[in-house]
Amino acid sequence: MIDYSKVLNPTVTEIKPSGIRKFFDITATMDDVISLGVGEPDFQTPWPVRKAGIDSLQRGRTKYSSNSGVIELRREISKYLDRKYSLKYEPEKEILITVGGSEAIDGCVRAVITPGDEVIIPQPSYVCYEPITRLAGGVPVIVETKAENGFKLTPEELKAAITDKTKLLILPYPSNPTGAIMEREDLEKLAEVLRDTNILVLSDEIYAELTFSSNPHTPIATVGDMWERTITVNGFSKSFSMTGWRLGYACGPSEIMKQITKIHQFAIMCAPTTSQYAAIEALKSCDEDVQNMIEEYNRRRRLMVAGFNKIGLTCREPKGAFYAFPSISSTGLTSEEFCEQLLYSKKVAVVPGNAFGDSGEGFIRASYCYSVEHIREALVRIGEFVEELRK
Amino acid sequence: MKNELLKLLSKNARYTVEELAVMLAKTEAEVEAEIKSFEKEGVIRGYKAVIDWEKLDAAYVSAIVELNVVPKADLGFEEVARRIMAYHEVESVYLMSGVYDLNVVVKGKTLQDVARFVARELATIDSVTSTSTHFVMRRYKEMDVELCVAKPDDRGQFWL
Repeated sequence: MIDYSKVLNPTVTEIKPSGIRKFFDITATMDDVISLGVGEPDFQTPWPVRKAGIDSLQRGRTKYSSNSGVIELRREISKYLDRKYSLKYEPEKEILITVGGSEAIDGCVRAVITPGDEVIIPQPSYVCYEPITRLAGGVPVIVETKAENGFKLTPEELKAAITDKTKLLILPYPSNPTGAIMEREDLEKLAEVLRDTNILVLSDEIYAELTFSSNPHTPIATVGDMWERTITVNGFSKSFSMTGWRLGYACGPSEIMKQITKIHQFAIMCAPTTSQYAAIEALKSCDEDVQNMIEEYNRRRRLMVAGFNKIGLTCREPKGAFYAFPSISSTGLTSEEFCEQLLYSKKVAVVPGNAFGDSGEGFIRASYCYSVEHIREALVRIGEFVEELRK
Repeated sequence: MKNELLKLLSKNARYTVEELAVMLAKTEAEVEAEIKSFEKEGVIRGYKAVIDWEKLDAAYVSAIVELNVVPKADLGFEEVARRIMAYHEVESVYLMSGVYDLNVVVKGKTLQDVARFVARELATIDSVTSTSTHFVMRRYKEMDVELCVAKPDDRGQFWL
């Protein structure tokens, strides 16, 4: 008999499975669950985008594209980033089309990290950064951002986390799950700390379009001289409601992109061609669709935040992404207890904050990617649940 | 011009003033005042439930009746349209471009009711030169609301 413990890579076997697996199992046995647990839009991909995908299939565009992606798409991305954020990348050498933002993050970490290098990861944050760092042999250095700072990464926290082994800072804003964003002045302070170091920044801006501040989203690559050390990751999943198309991109200085492209070339070949043609249409003709989705998210966001605060679960205003992150500490329950009991007693699914790092303990993540009717009903049930707890 | 308040009310007229105020980042007083003024100006004409009559045993039949009309010299289609819309059997009246003039939606309890109404009341109007009646067999969507079985959310319940 083969001894699997001897053949499998311990770096992989030691990675913990997702902390919310038990909740999957519970909901699988239940009917009528109202879920605020998902992290993807409820909107359909805008029709012109779907049609462009269909057209590309009809025309038989079913072959590999160039490794870096269809050049027309890279040109459109270049124009789009400039138009939206004054962010400048050359389509030929500085943009790589990837299979979702996730592949871009993985490729970037692998291109940069050698065993023992430290990667600074602010938490609570999306769950992929730590395992991807470990798979590359890197050492995750977790910075626990604080609710009182609105879960922003402060320059003091960054400075304290830097050692001579620090190679990369991951900057996941707008933030899943906290909804925190970094404004230009926040980023300028981080830039101050990073200047004159050899630390690179991987800025995961997948939620860039979904920013509800008076100021538009600011990519760190547009702050001072940060461009030369920044890899910007973005994609189509969240902003264009295209999660299943699996299409993202990484942008950065050509010296870095050349290396990431090699990994992509050998591991992936190219992103799905159909998705690439669809995405060209998304960038060309969907500004209004995106604007409508943002306005709808904004109304839901206000409704949800007001609802949680009314129930007595303190909820800061999330300025980006599509999640509310209220504190449940007043109930005396842990995040997991709260979520499990809420699920059993009221059939409402939310995600415990500690799934996004220890600093998420005491919070829950509730997504507002649902209709207003759905959100209203969920809030009524959560209100009853909290009321019953206090009796 | 698009108005966010109207957009919300056109989706669901039963949002409370409090909910509307929260969603629009306005005060409740502002929302109330805005609604009042829309009502006064006749921008908001009414609030009705969208009912799927097929779910009930209630007898409900409706038909779209296409009318060809000879317009009057001074009044055009106005006079006949006003006369038709006065019937309680008539749900809506539209003046159309194209091969016929008035589109009239007629409702009744039975097919015979509707047929009788068209024959006796609409067809006999002097200026009406012809009628063509199409009975509705099934309603899939009414006033933006889907009446068939809702598509389940296929996103699963947890996703980080």
